[in-house]
Order: sequence, then structure tokens, then C-alpha cells
Amino acid sequence: MEAGASTVTGGRSLIEPSPAARLPDQVLRWGLLGLAGAILVLIAYFFIRLIGQSGTALDHFGLSFVFGNNWDVSRDIYHGAPLVVGTLITSAIALLIGVPVAVATAIYLTELCPRRLRQPLSMLVDLLAAVPSVVYGLWGVFVLAPKLVPAEKWFAKTFSFIPFIGGGASSVTPTNYFIAGLILAIMILPIVSAIAREVIATVPADNKEAALALGATRWEMIRMAVLPYARPGITGGAMLGLGRALGETIAVVVVIGDAPAIGHHLFNQGYTLASVIANEFGEATGIHRSALFAAGLVLFVLTLIVNIIARGFVARGHRARVPRR
Amino acid sequence: MSAAERIQALAPVSGRRRYTDTMMRGLLLAATIVALIPLVLVIYYLIKRGVGSWGGSFFTSDPNGNFFGNPGGIRSALLGSLEIVGLATLIAIPIGVGVALYLTEYGKQSLFANVVRYFVDVMTGVPSIVFGLFIFIVLVLAHVGGNFTAWKGSVALSLLMLPIVVRSAEVVLLLVPSELREAALALGAPRWRVVFRVVLPTALPGLVTGSLLAIARGMGETAPLLFTTAGAFGLTFSLSQQMNALPLQIYNDILSPRNVVVDRAWGAALALVTLVLILNVVARVASQRSRMA
Repeated sequence: MEAGASTVTGGRSLIEPSPAARLPDQVLRWGLLGLAGAILVLIAYFFIRLIGQSGTALDHFGLSFVFGNNWDVSRDIYHGAPLVVGTLITSAIALLIGVPVAVATAIYLTELCPRRLRQPLSMLVDLLAAVPSVVYGLWGVFVLAPKLVPAEKWFAKTFSFIPFIGGGASSVTPTNYFIAGLILAIMILPIVSAIAREVIATVPADNKEAALALGATRWEMIRMAVLPYARPGITGGAMLGLGRALGETIAVVVVIGDAPAIGHHLFNQGYTLASVIANEFGEATGIHRSALFAAGLVLFVLTLIVNIIARGFVARGHRARVPRR
Repeated sequence: MSAAERIQALAPVSGRRRYTDTMMRGLLLAATIVALIPLVLVIYYLIKRGVGSWGGSFFTSDPNGNFFGNPGGIRSALLGSLEIVGLATLIAIPIGVGVALYLTEYGKQSLFANVVRYFVDVMTGVPSIVFGLFIFIVLVLAHVGGNFTAWKGSVALSLLMLPIVVRSAEVVLLLVPSELREAALALGAPRWRVVFRVVLPTALPGLVTGSLLAIARGMGETAPLLFTTAGAFGLTFSLSQQMNALPLQIYNDILSPRNVVVDRAWGAALALVTLVLILNVVARVASQRSRMA
């Protein structure tokens, strides 16, 4: 037996695949690895090229590109504070309106909703994310904006004592920060809600049952067992929504009014980083174009930071889950 | 103490607590209804103002850009969207599924795989207009095959669709039972055959779902097309020319002062939303089917 085996010299074991079979394996393995690596290289390359194109404007204006309050295309002065402030105001409004509603929806759908309705209602909320942003813009500027003007006037007059939020009832325009923020709230709602739903669904049944067994009502169970457990994940979801709101372009550009100055009231016209690019890029040349690239760069870095923090929160939520299960 | 005695020993739910409970439940329900109002309103207005313009030659004529008279229909926009998104799909899905395959079959939890995962997540958060700027710099400014062309728009859209495809494909590929892979490997099949004959076919329904969602997302995006395809009026089947697309057409029509053109925007928006919603519903129904099976 042993002599027979030794006669097959240079043979290979049955377990070891033939070189011919191994080649496609290696091709697939390294091909896929190359594909994944190419994505990293591509992102880095884009980032460097964007910095390069923004260079002219950033060299010329320095820090005042972000902090100076004067965006004047006719005189080639590009101090982008109105854009940055507009982006922050509209995103803040979106978060203030969108996140509470989104979280409440998520709680209702996971904890209170009749089982039969859970799936279809969740799907309807998800469909909010399917509506293209240009359609929200169309609806916002032709339906929502004109219809809300009387309410906005009343609000501005009644709460005129609150700085920024009230006052300026005579200068209420159909397109303004508030409408842009409201549209953004609608657009981030499904994102925040989907993540909150996912996180809330992972709250261990033990925790919830323990609360109920101690005599808690449904709401007390949600407040004391569900929300504290899901908080990091919900925060992360809200941050992802913020990232989306900061970068949203087309829905905002048609309802913000495209006024290159910082509005004095909630119901004034404004501008955002993303909408200035969409609006002015077509006819921009030279330093104007470079300034718009720089606006894109600021936007990119801003959303990058927000997203990185958000991922951190979501990941922390996931880790917190593991040992307790 | 018997069970009955112990239950009686608990503090009874006071009226105030019961009241708070009812209030909060009502509030949560109300918030859910409020969340759905925009969807209902958008669809209501789309149908109310969009259906009217669907008649006549709406789907068979191109927009003509005339300042008077009939502004034309949306034929070039509809077909242009299908062409641009079609090419974007052909780019994004093979690459996206490939990267996902690398992550699940080879990279797993290695450092490199996690870095790729992380940056794919980061890509999800990049604003779509920034992808437009990227492609403008790399392909349009550099005059790669002309200035504004449809295929550059496809590339921009594919960058946007890529992370969606990768993330959804990875989730689905992870669901393929490892027993299936092990059985195939034990029978002597090389890795690549396991991937193509076992893993991919098993995961196919889920891959289709993710791809459909990515296509729906790409279909509705305007910003990446603004500085890459740039739009046009006439119909063209050449991907190396400027091309019209539904979102571009709607965006341009919103800015028009003419009522008939705005009406066309509503009609085009209704067509776009119908397409996107059909893709979404098919994708979701398909995913539920496959999960049940």
C-alpha cells in the first residue's frame, strides 16, 4: 500500500485544488479586493481635487470665506457666512421639527401600533424618503409656501417679542428659512424614524417586561426602559438626518429665496451652501467658480464630520447591546 | 404570600399616571399621523395638478423651449432618465455587489474590510451635489470625451447608488447560510464557483431588492446631473451628448414664469413619482416574499 502511494511522485493531495482551479480563485479574490480599494482611492482623489479647485478662492479670502458676511457676485467678493448661517438655520429647524415627530413615530410603530398595521404603516413612512427632492421642491414652492404665509404672518406678529423667531411680520416672504427647514424636516423624518425603529426594536424584551411587571404603564415602560436604552442610537439617527439636511440641495434652492445675506427673521429669505452651488454654478467662471467649489468643500467637510460623529453614536448603541443580551 | 396577595400589594395605578399614559399614547399616535400627512398631501397635489397635463402629446413630444404656445411634452426627459439611470445601474450594481462580496467572502472582519465599510458609510452621507462637483472636476473640466455628456451624469449617479448597493448587498450576502458555502467547499468546489453558483443565486432576491431601491434613488436625483449632463431639449440616444432627464426638466420648469411650463413640471413630477414609487413597492414586496420563503 505504502509502496503504491509513493509511486505517484509529484502528485497532489485531494484536498489541495489544482493550480488551474486556483487561478480564477486568486483573480476573483484580488479583483474584488482591488475594487474595494479603488473606492478608497477614488474618495481620496476626489477630495484632493476638490481642495485643489477651491484653492484660488480660499487663498484669496482666507478665513473670511467662512466668517465674512458679504456674498457679492457682481463685485467678486465671496465671504460665505450667509451661506453657512443659512445652512445651519435650516438644518436646525429641520431637526427641531423632524426628530421629535420621527422618534414618536418610531415608538408608536414598534411599541403601540396594532401588529396588523405595523408593516404597512412603516412602509408608508419609508415611502416619504422615496419622493425625489425636486418633487418636494415643486410642492413646497407652489403649494406649501403660499398656503403658509398667513399663518407665518400671524406667528411673527404674535411672538414678535422673541428675537429672530418672531417679529418682522411685514417682511414675511413666501420663500424663507422656515419653509426650507420644514421641507427638510419632512425629508429627514423617514431616515431618523427608520434608524430609531431599528434601535428601539433591539431593546431586550426582558427590560420592557421587567418595567411592566413592576407596575409601569405602557408610557412609563417606554420612558424608563425603552428610551434610555435606545438613546445613543436615536442620537446617531438624528445626526445622520442632520447630515442629510445640511447637504440637501434641490428642494432647498427653490424655497429658500436665494438671497445672499443673513436674514434677520425666521421668515426671511436666505441662502445655503448647497443651494448657492446649484443656483450659481452654471454661469460661474474664474474665482466665482472656485468660491463655489470652496462652498462644496466646506459642505463636504461639514457633512463628513457630522456623519463620522453619527456613526460613532450608532456603533456605540450597537456595542451597548451586545453584553446585555 | 400567595400570588394574588402579592399583586394586591403593588401600588395601584393612580389616576394621574393613567391619564399621562393615555395622553402620551394619543400624542405618539398623533405624531405618526402628522408624519404621514406630507406624503398624502404631496401625492394629492401631484395627482390634482399633474393628471391634467398628461393628455395629448405629453409623452410623445419633446420640450421645445418656445416662449409662446405649446411648451411640448416630456418624451426626451423620460427616455433620457431611463438611459442615464440605466447606464448608472450597469456601473453601480456589478461594482457594488463585487465590493459586498469582498466584504462577506474574503475581507470579513479584517482591518481593511472595516475601513472599506466605514468609507462606504461615509459615501452615503456625502451630499449628492458634491458628487456632481467631483465629476465636474474630474471629467468635465478635464474634457474627457467632450464637455457635458450623459454618461458623466451616469457616473455621478452611480457614485451615489454605489453605497446603497454595497450596504444592502452585504446584509443579504451575510444571510446566506454558511452551511451552504461549507457544503459546496466540502464537495471540492473552488471558492469562485461557490460564489457564483451558490452564494449569488441564493442571495439573488435580496440583491434585486437593494438594486431596485438604489435605482429608485438615482432616478430622482437632480443635483449630480446639473453640471454633468446639463440637460437638453431634444431627444437623443447618444450617451456622449447632453441629455434631458426628468428631474432636470422639473427643476428647470419650476424656475419658469409660464404657467403652462409649471403645469408640465407637475405632470413630469407625477410621472417621476409614479416610476419611483413602483420601484419602491416592487422592491419591498419582493423582499418580504423572499424573507417569508
